[in-house]
Amino acid sequence: MHVDYMKAITERYSRLGYPPYDWYHADTPPPWQPLDRKLSDCKIGMMSTSGAYVAGQVAYFYKDDTSTRRIPKRTPTEDLRFSHITENYLVDPRRDPNCIFPIEALRRLEDEGTVGEVADELFSCMGGIYSKRRVAEELAPAVHENFKAQNVDAALLVAM
Amino acid sequence: MCHQTVSLVARYLEERGIPTMCMGSALDILTAGNPPRATFVDFPLGHTVGKPFDRDGQIDIVRRGLLGLETMTAPGIETLAVRWSDDEDWKREASDGASGGDVRQPRDTTPRYQYEEDRRLAEGG
Repeated sequence: MHVDYMKAITERYSRLGYPPYDWYHADTPPPWQPLDRKLSDCKIGMMSTSGAYVAGQVAYFYKDDTSTRRIPKRTPTEDLRFSHITENYLVDPRRDPNCIFPIEALRRLEDEGTVGEVADELFSCMGGIYSKRRVAEELAPAVHENFKAQNVDAALLVAM
Repeated sequence: MCHQTVSLVARYLEERGIPTMCMGSALDILTAGNPPRATFVDFPLGHTVGKPFDRDGQIDIVRRGLLGLETMTAPGIETLAVRWSDDEDWKREASDGASGGDVRQPRDTTPRYQYEEDRRLAEGG
């Protein structure tokens, strides 16, 4: 079986008296950009929606925060923190950030040559954004600018 | 709604020429968002790229996800062969609208720090 999260969340919100969540259902096929080289020749960018920040950075707020944090790939794991509207999913990430923010895995994949290079700055947002319009108009362009500025060949997007 | 957010961002990036791989653990939300490429990791939310402190397992999951960038030749969602536990009790709990799903915090514009010390550092106090 697979967990039906949309149904569980819809039921939960209804029971708690929250307004129903307006789920996104894509109504067009996804765009497609083939990878034009081997992964081992690629520079990879990474964004996590887990609400990761580095100690010293401003944390996220929980009402449609569309801001992002740049997280240098050499950041010590113990300096990573999380703030996310669904704090119930952060219990393990706060013990071991690597189960949601793959900073050590990416460093290893770079060292072993699976990927050519990992972009110097990884980054995160707080993905619990209820406004699809603000994702499209604020978050997505910021992510695009960051990846373009770092000349990434492909991007890994990790959802929480 | 993180899985929805990654699908929207992936479609935006891909349209502008950047190949993407989404990794996520909510198959229904990923399917609805229909991103160009996705890897489904059938673990409880909060563990998209592995179990805590299982470094080898985490590396393997990210490696297999990234290799999909090379091997997938058309849009779709690939399921990784991983198993959280011998039984599926966690799935029954997560599916229950009474106890499962998001336990969301109040929605406002106050930054929520993991530690009070983080607030002092960030505010320069």
